Amino acid sequence: MAKRIGMEVSLAVAEAVKLANTDVIAAYPITPQTHIVEHLSELVADGELDAAYIPVESEHSAMSSCIGSSAAGARTFTATSSQGLALMNEMIYIAPVLRVPIVLAIANRALSAPINIWNDHSDIMSVRDAGWVSVFAENGQEALDLTLISFRVAEDPEVSLPISMNIDGFTLSHFIEPILIPDQAEVDKYLPPFKPNLKLDIKDPISIGLLGAPECYTEARKATDNILWQSKNHVVKAFDEFNKVFGRQYHVVETYRHEDADTIMLMMGSIAETAMTAVDEMRDNGQKVGLVRIRLWRPFPEEELLASLSKAKHLAIIDRHAILGCSSGPVGLEVKSLLYNSNLKPNASNYIVGLGGRDVTRDDFKYIFEKASSGQVQTRCEFVGVYE
Amino acid sequence: MTKPTIDALAKVGDLPLGFTAKPGSTMDFKTGDWRSVRPILDREKCIHCAFCYYYCPDGVYKDMYDGKDDATKYFQADYDYCKGCGICAQECPKKAITMTLEEV
Repeated sequence: MAKRIGMEVSLAVAEAVKLANTDVIAAYPITPQTHIVEHLSELVADGELDAAYIPVESEHSAMSSCIGSSAAGARTFTATSSQGLALMNEMIYIAPVLRVPIVLAIANRALSAPINIWNDHSDIMSVRDAGWVSVFAENGQEALDLTLISFRVAEDPEVSLPISMNIDGFTLSHFIEPILIPDQAEVDKYLPPFKPNLKLDIKDPISIGLLGAPECYTEARKATDNILWQSKNHVVKAFDEFNKVFGRQYHVVETYRHEDADTIMLMMGSIAETAMTAVDEMRDNGQKVGLVRIRLWRPFPEEELLASLSKAKHLAIIDRHAILGCSSGPVGLEVKSLLYNSNLKPNASNYIVGLGGRDVTRDDFKYIFEKASSGQVQTRCEFVGVYE
Repeated sequence: MTKPTIDALAKVGDLPLGFTAKPGSTMDFKTGDWRSVRPILDREKCIHCAFCYYYCPDGVYKDMYDGKDDATKYFQADYDYCKGCGICAQECPKKAITMTLEEV
């Protein structure tokens, strides 16, 4: 039986990597992701996990090693944050087209400048276009579960793509939460050994990482785009299979008290926990407010989002990254673009919160609700709580 | 079914998984069309030393000697694959190779 124990979320992610019998971990420590790979290096050194731990000299090398080890047929994991992800950027864009399954945990942290080690989503949004499957966890249990699910999705022979599993830095990664740690037998049942579609093999050599001239570059990018869109069905399947083994059902889009809500607040990540409390308090005051949370960010879950927003009159789209010089944050842009091509026309405004670790409180959500439910549409995103 | 290959005008669905290639796939292409200058050998000066053969970074030189006729003692560049780098001309101890501008 699974045991429920109090554990730091970073360590729970590392435990999931161990339960997945990962073969190769190539990583470089960076705050606030450090505890994940630190714990993994201990597990490997103590002989609890039979894996190659490669302590590389940079994140660029970490992702390069991961691409190589995955291409050699090894179950592969790494983790990073912020500037580390930025340094990986070149290799991040290469992995999806080469179709190498890699699980990357990102403890989301703000990008410099100014230097800031705290949480927002600017790091992952800098690589949102790269072709990775991308999921966002809300709490510790989900972080562990999504890590296991990520291996299953990435290595699905019909997907064979890298995947990023995002947890908010500090506000999720460093919290100690009660977490159900599954049995090895359960995990083995859920996660079969990695059988790569394509593999570097001296007996049957192939060349990986080739030049794509103008005559075929477009086709190579489109092929990756096609498979990324198709991967959503496999993510849903992996969620359903997870429920069969572990009894916890996930969806690509989660909703909370949204059925009869006039105003919907839409967001990603751990702030949804605070937002649910705010929704409860506002509901107690008779305010018809609900919540929609995106768990699967890439591929973008268009149908599920439209279904969740079908009755909303007012929509507050909440971002944790500001695109400078642009009218909306990334979530705001994509949701508004989706709505434009649909027959849904809620009053949609975009709110930027929690940059660089600024607290996001229940009062912030109540302020956003008041603003959004007034029906007034702001064409440019609002930086909530900015002193100016 | 179409053979999966990274070819000019290959369709999206025909590309090999992960944009990979089997060894020797360059045989399907003539890569020498990058060349702007071509090596021309003066067979009178050639002493069959094989410097061009060993120095060529692309391995395009072929030994033409048939084992009998001294007139076949020379090396010939394969213009389907020669990129025109000029290393053979630089290294030839007899200056028997001249790099000549390709006529368009």
